[in-house]
Amino acid sequence: MRVTIRLFARLRDIAGTGELAREIPAPATVASVWAALTEERPSLLEYQRTLSVAINAEYARMTDPVQDGDEIAFLPPVSGG
Amino acid sequence: MACAAVTSDRLNLDAVIGEVTLDAEGDGAVATFSGLVRNHNQGRTVLFLEYEAYEPLAVRALTRIIDEARELWPSARLALHHRTGRIDIGDASVVIAAASPHRREAFSACRYAIERVKQIVPIWKHEHFEGGDVWLEGATADPHDEAAKRHAYTVACA
Repeated sequence: MRVTIRLFARLRDIAGTGELAREIPAPATVASVWAALTEERPSLLEYQRTLSVAINAEYARMTDPVQDGDEIAFLPPVSGG
Repeated sequence: MACAAVTSDRLNLDAVIGEVTLDAEGDGAVATFSGLVRNHNQGRTVLFLEYEAYEPLAVRALTRIIDEARELWPSARLALHHRTGRIDIGDASVVIAAASPHRREAFSACRYAIERVKQIVPIWKHEHFEGGDVWLEGATADPHDEAAKRHAYTVACA
């Protein structure tokens, strides 16, 4: 299945792009999308313990299932305000 | 503009005040907060900040904060606008207004809102300072983290 990956702030800088499309074998979870991404770009692993994730612009968990066409976002610690 | 908004436009405190004081004849208090870009941070001379947002989720997180505050202080109403893009020293990055019949709820809801913004809204500061630039990183966003929510509530009621 095909998913869109969104990356923000320093994650985007490290990856060199804010948006990627990837084919992921089904069934998949957010964790499997992250595993595929960090295999390509190991420097992102620095954020493994501190990131938040979202599916289709709703906060989600690493263990949540991913469907074909989903937008998966990986978010570094936030600093708004 | 809605009560929860993310915009690249310059913020206007009167706009959030206006949103919470519509039909507010029973209200006796409006508390406001403006977050401004300051010229120094951790010993660095700041030139300007650039804010990035995951906009659809940021609007949802702001809406969630409004809903949480309504549960905690049913008599209070809240509006929050957050700005994105380049913001110069002295300009507002966030404006919040809370209205209620009495001052206690208005102050508490306003303080709660800014604490929760810093905890759960997917927005990031990119600080440009004399000699370089750095992404600032605060809290790992988790809207279901009850300890974080309790901390914001405790601060709001102090």
